[in-house]
Amino acid sequence: MPETNDAFVRFVDVQKSYDGETLVVKNLNLDIAQGEFLTLLGPSGSGKTTCLLMLAGFEPTTHGNITLDGRAINNVPPHKRNIGMVFQNYALFPHMTVQENLAFPLEVRRMSKGEVEGRVRRVLDMVRLGGFEHRRPAQLSGGQQQRVAVARALVFDPKLVLMDEPLGALDRQLREQMQYEIKHIHDNLGVTIVYVTHDQGEALTMSNRIAVLNHGEIQQLATPDTLYEEPQNAFVAQFIGENNKLLGRVTSMNGMNCSVEVDGGGKVEARAVNIEGVGSRTMLSLRPERVQINPPDGQFPNVFEGRVEELIYLGDHIRTRVSVCGDDDFIVKVPNASGHAALRKGDDVKVGWAIEDCRALDV
Amino acid sequence: MAIADATVQGITVDGVPLKDKLRRATRTSRVRAFLLVTPLLLFITVSFVLPIADMLFRSVDNPRISSLLPETVAALEQWDGKKLPDEAAFAALAKELKLRREDRNLGKAATRLNYERGGMRSLITKSARKLKRVERGPYKEAMVEIDEKWGQRETWAAIKLIGKRYTLVHYLAGVDRRFDADGNVVTQPEVRRIYITIWGRTLWVSLLVTAFCLLLGYPIAYLLATLPLRQSNLLMIMVLLPFWTSLLVRTTTWIVLLQSNGVINDILVWVGILSDEGRIRMIYNMTGTLIAMTQILLPFMVLPLYSVMKTISPSSMRAAQSLGANPFTAFVRIYMPQTVPGVGAGSLLVFIVSVGYYITPALVGGSTGQLISNFIAYHMKSSLNWGLAAALGAILLAGVLAIYWLYDRVVGIDNMKLG
Repeated sequence: MPETNDAFVRFVDVQKSYDGETLVVKNLNLDIAQGEFLTLLGPSGSGKTTCLLMLAGFEPTTHGNITLDGRAINNVPPHKRNIGMVFQNYALFPHMTVQENLAFPLEVRRMSKGEVEGRVRRVLDMVRLGGFEHRRPAQLSGGQQQRVAVARALVFDPKLVLMDEPLGALDRQLREQMQYEIKHIHDNLGVTIVYVTHDQGEALTMSNRIAVLNHGEIQQLATPDTLYEEPQNAFVAQFIGENNKLLGRVTSMNGMNCSVEVDGGGKVEARAVNIEGVGSRTMLSLRPERVQINPPDGQFPNVFEGRVEELIYLGDHIRTRVSVCGDDDFIVKVPNASGHAALRKGDDVKVGWAIEDCRALDV
Repeated sequence: MAIADATVQGITVDGVPLKDKLRRATRTSRVRAFLLVTPLLLFITVSFVLPIADMLFRSVDNPRISSLLPETVAALEQWDGKKLPDEAAFAALAKELKLRREDRNLGKAATRLNYERGGMRSLITKSARKLKRVERGPYKEAMVEIDEKWGQRETWAAIKLIGKRYTLVHYLAGVDRRFDADGNVVTQPEVRRIYITIWGRTLWVSLLVTAFCLLLGYPIAYLLATLPLRQSNLLMIMVLLPFWTSLLVRTTTWIVLLQSNGVINDILVWVGILSDEGRIRMIYNMTGTLIAMTQILLPFMVLPLYSVMKTISPSSMRAAQSLGANPFTAFVRIYMPQTVPGVGAGSLLVFIVSVGYYITPALVGGSTGQLISNFIAYHMKSSLNWGLAAALGAILLAGVLAIYWLYDRVVGIDNMKLG
């Protein structure tokens, strides 16, 4: 099979249970291409870290195979897998200096002293920490420790690097900066990265593809833009980005589209994505920035009367909470463009949206 | 702007120096803190600082002979020690021996002199008895006639030495040394040599106990720190249970187990590994002391080790393995170095406690398992040579302080974690 050769990392029918009763990972099948930046994204308890630990070799699979570069690695101990790993709390060795931390993977590979020094210097320059060789981890800031951890996972040239929520302990600004740095390192080195996070912003910023996990199953595996714009089910729509949900029943199907009778009143035309057929329950998903306040007549097939409940000024846009179709938690992002409509609380407005922006999903 | 300027000069806005203001603001809390620790401070002073000061004083204090035989001591002051002292010294001693015999203090003086030089007790009592009949001088000939030892300058040198109010003889005796007749420090005669052996044995036993505790305690502490909570709690109780049991109970339990007709020997004979005549002697010797002390001091090793191991992130072992180190290398190069503060604290604790250990060697040590503290106790209770006991105690204290200092230099006391 040609796909087999393409995939650098393959999970084939992988299952994992810790207690012999519940499956933490349910039948996972996943192919990761060489040089890809793949993110496992999911809430806590979704099994994403377990997947990573199985790939690193710290947890055995209960069922199924994992192959790395065409080789089954189920019985290869962690230290022979040649996989770099960045841990959530960095796991730097506190009794060693930065230099010693970085030299450790090279020394256990019995590299010559000169080569060790050269590689350590190169990797330190790469993470812009030249001059910090003789500091101990405790003498570094969180961001610097993070960079050392990344450098250590890369210094022995692994083909695959795993990152387990590596930015979780950093403050927001530093986290964003580090996201770009890791992304650039990935672009420059061409190394395959499997990244675990629960932060969707992080996942969208950095990844080539994102696998959204919930309850040990992949909900959707797609590029960031597809994932955001074309969620395949209610969980993904809710988990990625902000989402307005309208619950209702399908009344008729019309090719790609369908009509939905919303519980709170009103009939909405929507794109049929993941519904069972006429009469089934559905959740309509609608991004707040795709809704327009007081649209020109005839622009949208879906136009409803609403009332402004709350306005929150956020600089680049105004977050407007509207009650529409019986849902008083309907959010509309009004861009702070020149000459935008000046709304006040209690105003009666019209809201409208296009068919393709409103996706009928499972419940 | 004004406030910023004022603080730069160390003055608050109302013109009071910043330091005074701060001191006033924190005075109440400082007074309260001091009052809270006052009872403890008093207790430590009375029960710890004063006894140690007293011990150090007694180790050099030597009042007995200078108060019981003051004229003799004064007469010997001029004596150069080359030949026999002159008649004045003989006369003074003869007079004072008779006086002490009458007021029944002769025994005390005789005992004190006997500590320094064997045979002095009988010499003194015999001489005092016979001197009763010598009414007048010259005493020199009379005393030499009573016992020819009075014609030896070593006898007089001993009296002169012990007559000094403050002396280092106890310290010298504590390391098997003494002053000879010419005032040089020499080794004790072979029959009186004992303390060097005991000091050596004490150090050796303490080192062995520390090593055994480390060997046995390290894996236990590792399990405690890494097992799931349920199992580690059970294990912790098993570590602490003996710790809470009375020391005497534990020591006597070892007697029950280890003695010649004890549980272990009985089982070995019953199984057939030993013949009934070939029972192993495991107690009332060094072996008994080692076994019992190791078991008793084990928690002092396990608890500091555990508290350090608990703080070592499990991901650091994983990180080492993901970086290519096999589990053994990861353990030796990553885990063990991080436990050094615990190893240091535990070893220091066990070593210092065992150097001064008394009750267990006393009960199970027999004659070959006695440590220095048993001899201190002997001199406190039986021989009543408190000066020597104090000197031995002071040497022990100095040794412990030296170990502590050494540890601080090598490992750093700040690195120590006791829990």
